[in-house]
Amino acid sequence: MDAVIEQFPRLLEGFAKTLALLGIAGAGALVFGTLVAGFRVSPIGPLRIFAATFTELFRNIPLTLILFGFATLGPYLGARGGYFVLAAIGLTLYTTPFIAEAIRSGINGIPVGQAEAGRSIGLGFGQVLGHVILPQAVRMVIPPIINVLIAPTKNTSVAGGFFVVELFASSRNAINARGDEVIAILLAVAAFYLLVTVTLGIIAGQVEKRVAVAR
Amino acid sequence: MTSVLYDAPGPKAKRIARIVSVIAVLLIAGVLVAVIVALAVPRTTASGQVVPGLFDPSRWDVFNDLVVWRAFGNGVLNTLRMAGIAAVLAIAIGVLFSFARTASLAVIRIPSTVILEFFRGMPVLLMMLFILLVFSTGSYWAGISALALYNGAIIGEILRAGVAALPRGQGEAGLSIGLSPLSTRFRIEFPQAARNMLPIIIAQLVVLLKDTALAYILAYSELLYVATKTLPNFFGNRYLYSFFFVALLIYLGMNLLLSFIARLVAKRTGPGGRIVRPRIPRRGVHPEGDIAMSRVPDAGMGAAPPLL
Repeated sequence: MDAVIEQFPRLLEGFAKTLALLGIAGAGALVFGTLVAGFRVSPIGPLRIFAATFTELFRNIPLTLILFGFATLGPYLGARGGYFVLAAIGLTLYTTPFIAEAIRSGINGIPVGQAEAGRSIGLGFGQVLGHVILPQAVRMVIPPIINVLIAPTKNTSVAGGFFVVELFASSRNAINARGDEVIAILLAVAAFYLLVTVTLGIIAGQVEKRVAVAR
Repeated sequence: MTSVLYDAPGPKAKRIARIVSVIAVLLIAGVLVAVIVALAVPRTTASGQVVPGLFDPSRWDVFNDLVVWRAFGNGVLNTLRMAGIAAVLAIAIGVLFSFARTASLAVIRIPSTVILEFFRGMPVLLMMLFILLVFSTGSYWAGISALALYNGAIIGEILRAGVAALPRGQGEAGLSIGLSPLSTRFRIEFPQAARNMLPIIIAQLVVLLKDTALAYILAYSELLYVATKTLPNFFGNRYLYSFFFVALLIYLGMNLLLSFIARLVAKRTGPGGRIVRPRIPRRGVHPEGDIAMSRVPDAGMGAAPPLL
């Protein structure tokens, strides 16, 4: 136990990095995911194709490969900002299709009559989507989206394999420093992750109850 | 649904759509070309050496060597072996979890719920490291057991949801003909739940296959490790990017194939599965010439798909 207390500052520092990665990747994926979902249902053919291709592509590449690509090709192309920024971009790109798919399924879940009502009073595509569909869809998809966001919490650990000293990497460092108490350190690290994932899960459940649309 | 969002375009909308299409295509193509050009141009290193671009033949000639392909084959085999064993174990663990979590004895139910939440909330990578360091299993078994435990927990939840979604009458019917609760679960509810949830389970197996790449961080010689560590060590670092691209394509191919199978299975076993749906032509005219007015049979399961 004393090893955990001794290494606690190090773990806390890693945890802060993990939360930062999660915040950036989560917020970025929310923005881009909404955009991609909008593209996917838009009347413009090329945008639909682009959104579908992007989704299929990034959903089927392992995150390890995406982060490896960013961590090696980024510096090769002369990207500045360091491995943290590269990992954040990679995580964002990996999470975006999952968010987009969650939002799209929300859009598909809105009764057809809603869109038809919007169109019948003369709204265009942007107005139907922005004023009628998305406000309802977002309410419906908040719980699944929170569940989707639990994944990048755990996925930030992969960045620890690519020169970002977040919680996973700092746990490795802590173990290197205190090899005698591996189990205690790893359990403490697991507790940090569970703190985020279980909290998010509980929030998802609460929000689900509150925003449920009665139909 | 998508076509419901906007009216059939008139002349003005068509013009706007065309303009936006052209701009979008140009933009996307521009970004792609920029990336390809950036990768293709030769670079000068800090020490003044000129390094050829990524598409230079000197970076790809190594693929004439059969040894490279054999190494890739080995990497793929190692990846598939890990994924295969982990998948079988994950399904077994998932079945166990789904039974334990719905057990009538609280002594079994509550601890298994806690354990399951623990496995679900932890990064697979951390679990791999834990098993590797604490049980000193070596990276192969650490990878397999972490993947099996994590995905087993998730498959357990999927199966439990599948059983919960069945009509109550199924379980009651089993009990009423004198089956014990356990054999009701095993013979009546479970086969139906497993069949209904098969597409989601296969989707989870895609996740498992992708996650085998995590074993790279533990230095297990799976596909990514072979491509970015073993092969560049042997043939030189200038091939690193080429090896990486090929590994990327192989992963993409494997996962797309499995995703495609998942979609096929979903179509086969989805609501009203096994029923050959009559094809409803888009413009309301049947291929044989009569007008399609019939509703799609839905076999009483869920809503009928909307008429197009």
